[in-house]
Amino acid sequence: MRTLVKVTGYQMRDVVRSRWLIAYALFFLLATDALLRFGGADVKALLSLSNVVLLVIPLVALVFGTMHVYNAREFTELLLAQPVGRRELFGGLYLGLAIPLSAAFAAGVAIPVVVHGVASGELGVSAATLVALGVALTLVFSATAFCLAVRVQDKSRGLGAAIAIWLGLSVLYDGLVLLLASLFADYPIERPLLGAMVANPVDLARVVLLLRFDVSALMGYTGAVFKSFFGGSGGLAVAVCALALWVTVPAWLGVRAFQRKDF
Amino acid sequence: MITIHQLTKRFGALDVLAGLDLDIRPGRVTGVVGPNGAGKTTLIKIILGLTRADSGRVLMDGEPVGDDAAYRKRVGYMPQIARFPENLTGAELITMVEELRSGQRDAAGKRDRELIERFRLDAHLDKPLRTLSGGTRQKVNAVLAFLFDPDLLILDEPTSGLDPVASAILKEKVASARAAGKTVIVTSHVMAELEEIADDIAFLLDGRVRFAGSVHDLKLHTRQLSLERAIAHMMTRTAA
Repeated sequence: MRTLVKVTGYQMRDVVRSRWLIAYALFFLLATDALLRFGGADVKALLSLSNVVLLVIPLVALVFGTMHVYNAREFTELLLAQPVGRRELFGGLYLGLAIPLSAAFAAGVAIPVVVHGVASGELGVSAATLVALGVALTLVFSATAFCLAVRVQDKSRGLGAAIAIWLGLSVLYDGLVLLLASLFADYPIERPLLGAMVANPVDLARVVLLLRFDVSALMGYTGAVFKSFFGGSGGLAVAVCALALWVTVPAWLGVRAFQRKDF
Repeated sequence: MITIHQLTKRFGALDVLAGLDLDIRPGRVTGVVGPNGAGKTTLIKIILGLTRADSGRVLMDGEPVGDDAAYRKRVGYMPQIARFPENLTGAELITMVEELRSGQRDAAGKRDRELIERFRLDAHLDKPLRTLSGGTRQKVNAVLAFLFDPDLLILDEPTSGLDPVASAILKEKVASARAAGKTVIVTSHVMAELEEIADDIAFLLDGRVRFAGSVHDLKLHTRQLSLERAIAHMMTRTAA
């Protein structure tokens, strides 16, 4: 536990001073400010922001995460030559990246939200949901990146796989679901669709946000089914559990590979 | 100090170590030499626990080196490539490694900072590591290996990237560690350097030890005057 805390602390110090992280925080700060300033401080601005969040966070967490692991390879070897356990070291390296990434995003969105006076009432809850889901996606895709970079020896292949995962989950998955939905439009496919949404963390976050913003009416009957599911506390629990699984499964696979890996 | 018995390691179709046996004698400097791909780095990494052997055993003072990381408290490692987190300073890096070693101190109750002083690193320790030259980073690497007064030092191509002055300081440090009863394992491509600091030589080829003994014995065995010629002789003879 001591090693985990120490490694996390020093990794965070390193990551926080990185220009990339500062640029990442500034990006969300400017994007949120611009949307609230020019789009009006209402639900539409948050909806636009959530599209940015759903696209950018998985990409940045995946690319930043894989590059981070590959670049730290020699340093990881140096740390492994010290009297430390591999499991704790992996945890420290992961948290040392995931915590600053999450904080940069959260601060970038939260500051303009507070400044523009959107932080209270129903709109405030929506903004908080958006921040929470963004943090969850950061944890999910950082874990995926770590798992990938530990398992794939070759840097360019690992980075390629990271981008392929992003493309698959953020772009292709929706297309596929849409295709299936239109092919089987005559059948009652709301429940399988629900399953498909829960199985992809990006879609899960999107559905939760859309329901939160109360635009589910746009989705017709499907939207109604989703609303009745996610609107209840049971649906929320399923969403939280699914996201938690999306963090723990890649992290667990990553730890296992890290413990067996030949450096 | 270190006993290696029938060590094997295979990467894909390649047998990197093919039943390697070796005794590293305590209180001596052992040079591990061999052509590229002979298994030197893999051997070092298995001793450090960075790589796992397929079969065979590595014993440190009779105790098997395994998953328990505690034995590494007695080991100092200087890797060949000095790459550190870019935005940490040298001082932070040293504190980090010290904290990971549970505040371990040497017998005199403080850290061995001799190399920091002799390398004149003090002025550089407050700068981010990314701004340091390759040679300066390599000096930081050397400091970390010696800092905790370890019983076993493992130095992988220690003088690569160091200027002649720093290189000489490091070699003196190795000699004084040996005089203090430490065991040192060093790999190098510079035979003249090994001739200066090594007592024993382990010559590796195709994942096996082809010669293990003192530098003097190797020269006698090959009837050569210098270590470089002796190793060259071994390589051509085993190739024939």
